[in-house]
Amino acid sequence: MSELAERTEVELLALGDDALIAAQRLAEWVSRAPTLEEDVALANIALDQLGAARMLLATAGDEDELAYRRDDQGFRNCLLAELPLGPARGDLDFGWTMTWLLMLSAAQLLRYTDLAAGADEQAAGIGAKAVKESTYHLDHATQWMLRLGGGTEQSHRRVQEALDGLWPYGHELTEGIRDRWLALVEPVLAESGLTRPADRWRPDGGRAGRHTEHLSFLLAEMQSLHRAHPGAQW
Amino acid sequence: MPGVAGAERLLGEVEEAEAALREAAERALDGEASFDAVIAADQKIEPRDAMPDAYRAGLIRQIAQHAHSEIIGMQPEGNWISRAPSLRRKAILLAKVQDEAGHGLYLYAAAETLGVSRQELDAALLTGKQKYSSIFNYPTLSWADMGAIGWLVDGAAIVNQVPLCRCSYGPYARAMIRVCKEESFHQRQGYQSLYVLAQGTPAQRAMAQDAVDRWWYPSLAMFGPPDADSTHSAQSMAWKVKRFSNDELRQRFVDMCVPQAEILGVTLPDPDLKWNEQRGHYDYTSPDFDELMRVVKGDGPCNRQRLAHRNRAHEDGAWVREAAAAYAAKNRKVLA
Repeated sequence: MSELAERTEVELLALGDDALIAAQRLAEWVSRAPTLEEDVALANIALDQLGAARMLLATAGDEDELAYRRDDQGFRNCLLAELPLGPARGDLDFGWTMTWLLMLSAAQLLRYTDLAAGADEQAAGIGAKAVKESTYHLDHATQWMLRLGGGTEQSHRRVQEALDGLWPYGHELTEGIRDRWLALVEPVLAESGLTRPADRWRPDGGRAGRHTEHLSFLLAEMQSLHRAHPGAQW
Repeated sequence: MPGVAGAERLLGEVEEAEAALREAAERALDGEASFDAVIAADQKIEPRDAMPDAYRAGLIRQIAQHAHSEIIGMQPEGNWISRAPSLRRKAILLAKVQDEAGHGLYLYAAAETLGVSRQELDAALLTGKQKYSSIFNYPTLSWADMGAIGWLVDGAAIVNQVPLCRCSYGPYARAMIRVCKEESFHQRQGYQSLYVLAQGTPAQRAMAQDAVDRWWYPSLAMFGPPDADSTHSAQSMAWKVKRFSNDELRQRFVDMCVPQAEILGVTLPDPDLKWNEQRGHYDYTSPDFDELMRVVKGDGPCNRQRLAHRNRAHEDGAWVREAAAAYAAKNRKVLA
């Protein structure tokens, strides 16, 4: 395998894992969103993430083998993707979710844009499709950041807390694309009246399989049924 | 993999209802036609037409209950999205539950044409003032329940809803045409998912049979009380909101399910189920209507859980809705 092909494969797996774990997190919102319209939108974004994950994982092997038979150390997603969508495990907070989606979808948009322009034909096809979806995800998150940042005192406080909590995980997320990512995200924060946090702590390790405590819980739930019936077809 | 025998015919009825709707629009009566004349001519009542108060109130009750059922119905199936055993099944289930939210949305919109607001409808669900289908007060205990719900519950819903595509109230009839088309996709995926389990490992086969055992009678109860005890039926039939009686539809459902169960290789849990040559229908054991009434009145296995979940989601989202409203108000001021 050429060096380029090898590099692409590693990158595709990382992006596929980001999308898969993000889909699993977003699906937690089903039947729990602030409005019915938002329930539809969040499920739609989860479906897009899942669709992208399936295409990306298929380039590296069997999608179900990869999703259901790897332990947490085998996953290559960034830490941001696996974090609970709220301050603590089990929480589901809309402000955290939109901040998380803003950060994630801006990075995905850039990664998919690069894939679409790359030399690998199969990867370029996946990238081209996913770019359109990420553009919509980023817009959706942006619209909500404006409303939460510029809405009530409470919403402003909550979304700023979310931003402060999630910001450090943006470093690993944006390795190699940091400046372009900041150019997408900083104007949204400014227009939302939010303070861009300082760059200090930079947690990482996800791309090497060293995850947070949260991922193994997510996987335990996601993989439980599949693993209980080895070899079964569904 | 076999198709869902009988379901194609129902989908054909939806297409026919859609054609009839277009024809009716073309031979519209003149503007002054009375409510009774419109009903008699099989035309559609539209939002601005005069209609009896009881017709309006009855439709609001029925459409709202249907919309609430879609919303609450997201919970039992949503329960298995995170654990779906393959990524393909996860995508299908997620899309299905999303469809239910969409159905809820356009049914609420149909109810709003009768002069009731979304807030009133939300409040009626959250306080338990208006009901939703009792089927969703049963728990989903295994993955096979996703298949059984698709096959039996969505199947029963289609049998119930296809005649509503010809309902005399235009916005409801049009919404139902769209809902039925998507429901038939839901039923097909449930049937196929159950078929795979029923042909699978011994554990999967046992899981499929257990799910059918648990969902069969609650599905039969979805058609409501026996005709003799049905409170809203007679007037509803006269106004062409309802087209067939509860028992007629239940029979139609049983007749459809028996051959499907044979193809699936599962046993319907009714020892007295047998073909009656004279009637040209299957004889079957009625569901326990006392149980149905207990569940309707709030004492099913999951009534409290389902309503608490909906209330919690509503409360948790309050600050977000307030923020959106405040933001909109500020921007109106800026524009003005």
